Amino acid sequence: MKLFVSEGNPHCIKVLAVLELTGVKCDIENVNHEEKVVPFLSRPVLPVLLLPSGQHLFSSNAICQYFFEIGGKAPADASTQWLEWEATELQPILGHALQMLVLQGKSAEAAKALEDPMNFLEQNLSKRTSSFLTSDTVAVEDIVLWAALFPLYLEPSLRPAELTSVFTWFERVGALPACQSAAQRVLQGRGQAALKGFLQKQPVITLRRDTPPCNQTGAEEAEHLMTEEELQSAARTWSLGLTDFQTQPERQHPILPQEGKRNVLVTSALPYVNNVPHLGNIIGCVLSADVFARYGRLRGWNLLFICGTDEYGTATENKAREEGLTPQEICNKYHAIHSSIYKWFQIDFDFFGRTTTPRQTEIAQDIFWRLHDRGFLIEDTVEQLRCENCQCFLADRFVEGMCPHCQYPEARGDQCDKCGRLINAVELKAPQCKVCGLTPVVRSSKHLFLDLPKLEPDLEQWLDRSLSTGDWTTNARHITRSWLRDGLKPRCITRDLQWGTPVPHPDFSSKVFYVWFDAPIGYLSITANYTDQWEKWWKNPQQVELYNFMAKDNVPFHSVVFPCSLLGAQDNYTLVNNLVATEYLNYEDTKFSKSRGVGVFGDMAQDTGIPSDVWRFYLLYLRPEGQDSAFSWADMALKNNSELLNNLGNFINRAGMFVSKFFGGCVPEMELQAEDKRLLAQVGWELRQYIQLLDKVRIREALKCILNISRHGNQYIQVNEPWKNIKGGAPERQRAGTVTGVSVNVACLLSAMLEPYMPTVSQTIREQLRAPESCAHAMLRGEGIFVRSLPSGHRIGTVSPLFQKLETDQIEALRKRFGGQQPEEEISIPQPKTEKPQDVASTKACVPEAPAARAVGADPEKAKQLEAAVAEQGEKVRTLKAQKAEKPVVIAEVSKLLELKKQLALAEGRDPEPATQKGKRK
Amino acid sequence: MALRELSSLEKFLGLKKPHKYSTQGVKKVPLLQSNNGPALVGLATIASHLAKEAKKPELLGTTPEQRAVVQQWLEFRVTRIDECPREEIRTVLKDLNQYLEDKVYLAGNSLSIADPLLYYAIHHIVVDLAVQEKERYMNLTRWFDHIQHYPGVRHHLAPVVVLRNRVYTSCHH
Repeated sequence: MKLFVSEGNPHCIKVLAVLELTGVKCDIENVNHEEKVVPFLSRPVLPVLLLPSGQHLFSSNAICQYFFEIGGKAPADASTQWLEWEATELQPILGHALQMLVLQGKSAEAAKALEDPMNFLEQNLSKRTSSFLTSDTVAVEDIVLWAALFPLYLEPSLRPAELTSVFTWFERVGALPACQSAAQRVLQGRGQAALKGFLQKQPVITLRRDTPPCNQTGAEEAEHLMTEEELQSAARTWSLGLTDFQTQPERQHPILPQEGKRNVLVTSALPYVNNVPHLGNIIGCVLSADVFARYGRLRGWNLLFICGTDEYGTATENKAREEGLTPQEICNKYHAIHSSIYKWFQIDFDFFGRTTTPRQTEIAQDIFWRLHDRGFLIEDTVEQLRCENCQCFLADRFVEGMCPHCQYPEARGDQCDKCGRLINAVELKAPQCKVCGLTPVVRSSKHLFLDLPKLEPDLEQWLDRSLSTGDWTTNARHITRSWLRDGLKPRCITRDLQWGTPVPHPDFSSKVFYVWFDAPIGYLSITANYTDQWEKWWKNPQQVELYNFMAKDNVPFHSVVFPCSLLGAQDNYTLVNNLVATEYLNYEDTKFSKSRGVGVFGDMAQDTGIPSDVWRFYLLYLRPEGQDSAFSWADMALKNNSELLNNLGNFINRAGMFVSKFFGGCVPEMELQAEDKRLLAQVGWELRQYIQLLDKVRIREALKCILNISRHGNQYIQVNEPWKNIKGGAPERQRAGTVTGVSVNVACLLSAMLEPYMPTVSQTIREQLRAPESCAHAMLRGEGIFVRSLPSGHRIGTVSPLFQKLETDQIEALRKRFGGQQPEEEISIPQPKTEKPQDVASTKACVPEAPAARAVGADPEKAKQLEAAVAEQGEKVRTLKAQKAEKPVVIAEVSKLLELKKQLALAEGRDPEPATQKGKRK
Repeated sequence: MALRELSSLEKFLGLKKPHKYSTQGVKKVPLLQSNNGPALVGLATIASHLAKEAKKPELLGTTPEQRAVVQQWLEFRVTRIDECPREEIRTVLKDLNQYLEDKVYLAGNSLSIADPLLYYAIHHIVVDLAVQEKERYMNLTRWFDHIQHYPGVRHHLAPVVVLRNRVYTSCHH
């Protein structure tokens, strides 16, 4: 038997210590870090134990376990569990922390990474009565954990004084002679420096910050089971109440960065002025940014949220010609339209500006001259398309033709919508002027280019840092990487137009800046129009964290082109730290299209009679996070009726109604029992999830936490039946009081969590409950604390329903109105109305049938999707039944299954009724 | 995923009464709440516990040496495969293929719980392999096919068709 170790490899400490401690006889051989001892592993791994049978053990924990076992101690479940925790949870963090500490000298970051596992260890150790982790004698897990932590604990700043139990235990294990000699043997008395050689050979470990592997579907999310400890701690937190919390001060403009605060600057991509924004635009930038900004303010961050209309460019010029106005008049008109739409959607900008201001000219020209003076601009002649008929050079958006890469016939002049590649307008095959439809000619003209290749090294250095420390969505990372991989090319920044920021260089006096050089500078100039001290935000990367929100087509300009302008200007600009890009939102499985009249546009949303908050909710519920999603009217009604009305609204309303009806409007006394504590713990857990997710800008996922809480709440009320208990004797009445009191407090928490998503509803709930002003701030601070914000005796206001049902007829009418040309409507034979009301009345969730599918008969595409959904739901029901889940849960899932089957039948053109009968008359 | 897999493992072990599991944290680490004593956390830990509960300790290895090898592969599964970045998957497959060159089971000469657990873990990877790739990882594929047909293992997963008839360049007939 032979043990292979290498000097300065931290994993060798544990095996050497165990070997000496157990007294097992074994040869030891010192080898190089790079020595390939295990023949079948591609990467060298050490330590390795060659077993008598000739097999290799390459896991240091398995080696330790083996030594202990032949030394006479078989492992217990508790030991295995610690070893598994060490290997899966602790080691990745330790590896990262060691690299931070030893290779980069960043002990603060190492300490931060260690916080969670060390607190976990402290919690466990502080509860023990035994001297070691699981018993009174030292066991394998003690040595393994001690040895893992040892190299980091050599650094005094990484040993927080408050972790007393960890410290005592650590010293106790470390005092063993076996441990001391193992440490000496590996580190040679040179401290952490001895690890450098080993660590440099390891791949860089970055902590996984985002998604779990994608093959895990949400379908099998089991509920989080609470431990006794979690229940007790939830009850303790709850009883704290709001006593120690001060109300957040009012927002005071201008908001400026403050020392010692988290200073967050949020921008939303600037909408182009000549179009009315559609729902996809709204969810992609302004609404997403608004949710995050509202959330940040609740969290007490010092946050500035700015946006504005992007107004320069030929599109505006043409629109002006069309409407017989000047470009400026057009901008004024549409700026007001945008402004009012966002106001209706309750987008709470700190400032909503525009790009056609003197500040824009000033700042853009300053950046231009700085780039020019530093040699980052080059001159070149370009071939350009000119329409002789319209007598102008054609802006990219005004040419259409066939994509030279993928042959897509409707590629735009700057980019192909199909393959996503950027195109130079002259490369288009069969170009056409979009204004008059004639074929343009190629003319040459002198232009200035931003020398991106020259800026590439600076860009890459900055990107490495920003990508590794910030929250960039996967698509943003991907798009940016593919841009760099293809190599950067010089990019034209001037255009032959009038409506734009003039180029100040005398040789280019008739030209203006190309909109993509100019538009992002709008963020700066809009801030400058908000406050003279704009540079405190924009030239202050040390203090400011910048979040950019956009749809994915805007990524390269924010991650590559604009940062290059700012880096080249060398003026200490604040660059983006977190780039949040959505995928596309489709409309009922097609694209939004103004010209075809398909889709819902910002100004029409308010004509539907559906409240702004419901719009916000539904758009955020299907926010295209990670993949494209599709807006559908039927689905909107479904989500409104099932989630808002039956789940969220129902819970909040019941909680409030019980207080008014049974307790005269005063929150009753609460005596917490195990069941109540369980709800508190579940709610607390969801709240912490919500905060973790929103901190990482996972807006859609965090919304699910809110809905989960009200689901828990509904179940809790259902099981505890306060409406029955209130009619019973004193103990029953007290029980009803506790359940009502806890529920109404959960409703109060929900009002806080809803604020970023549905501000009006949130405000209404707080008014109905007369909730204290400070409750939202208080509960959303830190990692999220659910406290009793409405104490016994608190008098609530008048309670009324929050949501309205969306009826099938109503939604069907809207679908027709906004659907554009829909040929299937014309050939459809009107269905006899008689069976419809029956449907609606009998299924409480009111799942609207798929009308289009019914009208035209079979829809194979949809049927395929539904078939998969039925199979998945069926599996879920079976699992639940197998696990003996609670009855209401099973029933709910079964009814979902039946509904899906019904939809499937419709999509397959079959008669759905037989399938549903059983479920209805239960 | 881990939960479905544990329920399949229970069936394989012949445990009559299914346990109720939950998950913890973003990584969804499985958790088993027991009636007496603290909860067990972690897939490898729970799987080992189930084998003991089913009174089949031989599935954890019959000698200290085998037990260490079984634990090693369980750890390999939860550290190297469950956390595997996309670009690393091929390396893991290559290593496993190399390891299995002269083996029928992962540890020793009989099935251990490491076999079904590794099988469950790589199923979604093997499903997507092209025929040529299955050929490239021939030893792994052979082991995989063997385990998926081992009585009582497969349960929740779809069978993967493994091309058995290699097209040899030098034909016997």
